[in-house]
Amino acid sequence: MLKHDILIIGGGGAGLRAAIAIGEIDPELSVAVVSKVYPMRSHTVAAEGGAAGVIKDNDSFENHCMDTISGGDWMPDQDAVELFVKKAPEELIQLEHWGCPWSRESDGKVAVRPFGGMNIERTWFASDKTGFHLLHTLFQTSLKYDNIIRYDEWFATKILVENGRCQGVTALEIRSGKVQAIAAKSVIICTGGAGRLYPFTTNGSIKTGDGLALAFRAGVPLKDLEFMQFHPTGLPGTGILITEAARGEGGILVNKDGYRYLQDYDLGKPLDINDPDHPVKKSMELGPRDRLSQAFVLEHEKGGTIPGPYGHVVHLDIRHLGEKIINKKIPFVRELATKYAGIDPVFEPIPVRPVLHYTMGGIDTDIDTATVIPGLFAAGECACVSINGANRLGSNSLTELLVFGRIAGEGAANHAKNNPGPDISALESQEKDEQNRILKGFYQKESGTENISGLREEMQEYMDSGVGIFRNEQGIRKTCDKLAELKERFANIKIEDNTSTFNTEVTVALELEGMLEVAQALSHCALDRKESRGSHQRSDFTGRDDDNYLKHSMAHYTGDIPKIDYKDVIITKWPPAERVYGR
Amino acid sequence: MGKTIELEIFRYIPEIDEQPAYRSYEVEFEDDWVILDAINHIKDKMDGSLSYRWSCRMGVCGSCGMMINGIPKLTCATFLKDYYPKKVKVEPLLGFPVERDLVIVMDDFMTKLENVKPWMIRDKDKEKTIDKGEYLQSPVQLEKFIQFSMCINCLLCYSACPVYVVDNNFIGPAAIALAQRYNLDSRDDGQDQRNEYIGKHEGIWDCTFVGECSKVCPEDVDPAAAIQQAKVTNTQNFVKSILWPFGGKK
Amino acid sequence: MKPYYRPPPHMFWLHRKPYFMFIIREMTSLFIAGFCLFLLVFIYSLGQGRETFDNMVAFLDSTFMIIVHWIVLVFALYHTFTWFNLTPKVMVVWIGEKKVPEFMVLGAVYGGWIGVSIVIAWLILY
Repeated sequence: MLKHDILIIGGGGAGLRAAIAIGEIDPELSVAVVSKVYPMRSHTVAAEGGAAGVIKDNDSFENHCMDTISGGDWMPDQDAVELFVKKAPEELIQLEHWGCPWSRESDGKVAVRPFGGMNIERTWFASDKTGFHLLHTLFQTSLKYDNIIRYDEWFATKILVENGRCQGVTALEIRSGKVQAIAAKSVIICTGGAGRLYPFTTNGSIKTGDGLALAFRAGVPLKDLEFMQFHPTGLPGTGILITEAARGEGGILVNKDGYRYLQDYDLGKPLDINDPDHPVKKSMELGPRDRLSQAFVLEHEKGGTIPGPYGHVVHLDIRHLGEKIINKKIPFVRELATKYAGIDPVFEPIPVRPVLHYTMGGIDTDIDTATVIPGLFAAGECACVSINGANRLGSNSLTELLVFGRIAGEGAANHAKNNPGPDISALESQEKDEQNRILKGFYQKESGTENISGLREEMQEYMDSGVGIFRNEQGIRKTCDKLAELKERFANIKIEDNTSTFNTEVTVALELEGMLEVAQALSHCALDRKESRGSHQRSDFTGRDDDNYLKHSMAHYTGDIPKIDYKDVIITKWPPAERVYGR
Repeated sequence: MGKTIELEIFRYIPEIDEQPAYRSYEVEFEDDWVILDAINHIKDKMDGSLSYRWSCRMGVCGSCGMMINGIPKLTCATFLKDYYPKKVKVEPLLGFPVERDLVIVMDDFMTKLENVKPWMIRDKDKEKTIDKGEYLQSPVQLEKFIQFSMCINCLLCYSACPVYVVDNNFIGPAAIALAQRYNLDSRDDGQDQRNEYIGKHEGIWDCTFVGECSKVCPEDVDPAAAIQQAKVTNTQNFVKSILWPFGGKK
Repeated sequence: MKPYYRPPPHMFWLHRKPYFMFIIREMTSLFIAGFCLFLLVFIYSLGQGRETFDNMVAFLDSTFMIIVHWIVLVFALYHTFTWFNLTPKVMVVWIGEKKVPEFMVLGAVYGGWIGVSIVIAWLILY
């Protein structure tokens, strides 16, 4: 049986940071990175704007904590936020030492830019391909460590738990179609979010929330899943993201009349674009993402949006920045808009609409990234530690990967050193069962009539209509019912391809199986949270209700309808208060 | 809707096919469809057995490179309307073994990437701890290597390079460009170690400067320039090592 | 797993114009080398006395040899242009904090070439 000390599922930012942490701690520990794609394909690569970390003299620890907590509508656990903010700068400097090409000031120091919901500019950036540079820096650095072994294009199918401890996973080698157990003393899940639950998303095709499903089925609760972030500026049709940096640099959002409509939605009063104080932090276009996306929907209802072939849009106007600044600071925005929207933002405003972007909730972990199963850890977008609460602040996610990826690596290494090896014979029997399940249920599945993409599209359609930007009981219920139905129908899927070499029909089906579980957990969390907070806006329960819901939703796997209960939010220094932007 | 285009796709399923064959698919498309959209449409609606790699759809993950009418392209950034009404021939990237359909075996590149040591190598006396803060680097110093750091490892350059396609021993454009990315970084001192590998015959000297790698690069990395610059540096070092006292070393 | 190894396309350089132009560029070196050899023979004949040299000049004065030289000149020019155009890629010149634009590097090499050619022409013709 394949054996390592530590397994990392997922080779994106968090997974690679964890692997390097272990490589640094002890070259004797054998670390395996199991990823369904080559690590440099991971979706961290698509992050554009930057990573937040307090480094400038005019900024402070308190500022970053407060922005994060109020940005998350008081749902983040404040002990985790404090840890995160404290560790953020050193992680970003560490990345600099590894070669990340951060953009610089003329004196050679790292440059920062403002992002939405921040009272001071604190976003480190590498032009507007920060995620790309971050991921490649981590991946290339990871190649240096001989004890990091990679299983590229292996799809993890099950977390193996024996004697109450996590002891490895079973994984499918996509190239050969073989399912094998990989034994380990600790496992870290770093598989990213579940944006593909929705039809219109910035997320790449790989972001199917596999790790959430793995942990959920193994018995780890999923936390705060109802909080899904809609980013206000996606390109219509493709859903490709236009980074918040476009607004951080001074871009404005206007409706069909060229009017900066955000001022009508309690986001402050606009300053003239030529005013030296524009853009004002934490105001107007630099309000938080949830509020901006909600403002779009309200403006649409008011009739202020612009009809287009892929639904209504508003305009993101960056023309006043001029060609020079655009090319220097946000060249990727220009490239994407020109290529995929057919307009050059130097001369024309960019059509944009809200697009699903980020999974705030995820695998429930404590502040050390440990889950309830000893030996099982989670970090990154798939995890909910939680620092993002009801709405993530732009540019906190890249930093989160680094800070908590490292903590997870250290925790897993520590756990591996202090625990006995895996129980091989017990794992062998689990391996056999899983091999059978995958073979019978997928590779050699006979009959079946349900079309995989058809089921996926139905799921996405109901997620969008039932648990989108605004929600109500009736809509959520419909989605819950639909998901239950889809799960039943999934048993009858049709797989035409019975070959074993790089069979992507099977991997797509495995992804869908997991997505249906996660979608169900999400919808039931949304149904039970009878308040509006951050990205979870219920038109039937409009206010925030701290008395009853200043709590994390916890979805537990039952095999049927998930059971939902709650866990208190940890408050340290910042008691709940009104979330204020622009006033 | 209304316009229909024909895609002729390279198919090879090792357990079934002795030899690869081409299969045609008629796809209705919109003007804003990229080739990847059509391939996804085929997989979802017409033929679930078609295998290929893709993820980000925005030209940055590097997964979806294929030969389109004989030229390596990212299919997420290549529009059908630019080919219509002619048919589009889709094949796996040239120069690599084909695992299945449009999926290539990329083990060779992964090994070469690791061999160029694409990580910071610093002299011991320059190493500093995190609490001492960042290494200073002026925008000009950044400018000197940033272009070569934009490589997304999509491997289009390998498929465009006749030297690599004919002889896989060549280290190839992307790997050498990445070596050069670190060599030119003001924070790095690993040039000698990397040049030892890329300075071999199968490295920079195998390049005959066809220049197609730079033309097909979706990120304007210009690997051809990287290789020629490395040739100049290596030659200078060689000459220095013979003519200069102490081999030109301080 | 049974990967398929696609043979490199036969005569790849005939498939696409850039490859064809590349092969032509490679071939130019044959013409350049041939011309250099010929030049050596020419100089050698100069040392062999008046008669040998006159024979050589007479031989060169044929239409055939003039055509051959024109062909060699075209290839030599193609060779020169392709390598000159490459210079800015190989030589990235920085003056202080400014990168010297490619066209200026190009201008410098072409300028130098024309300058040297004028000097040689002057030496020969006057």
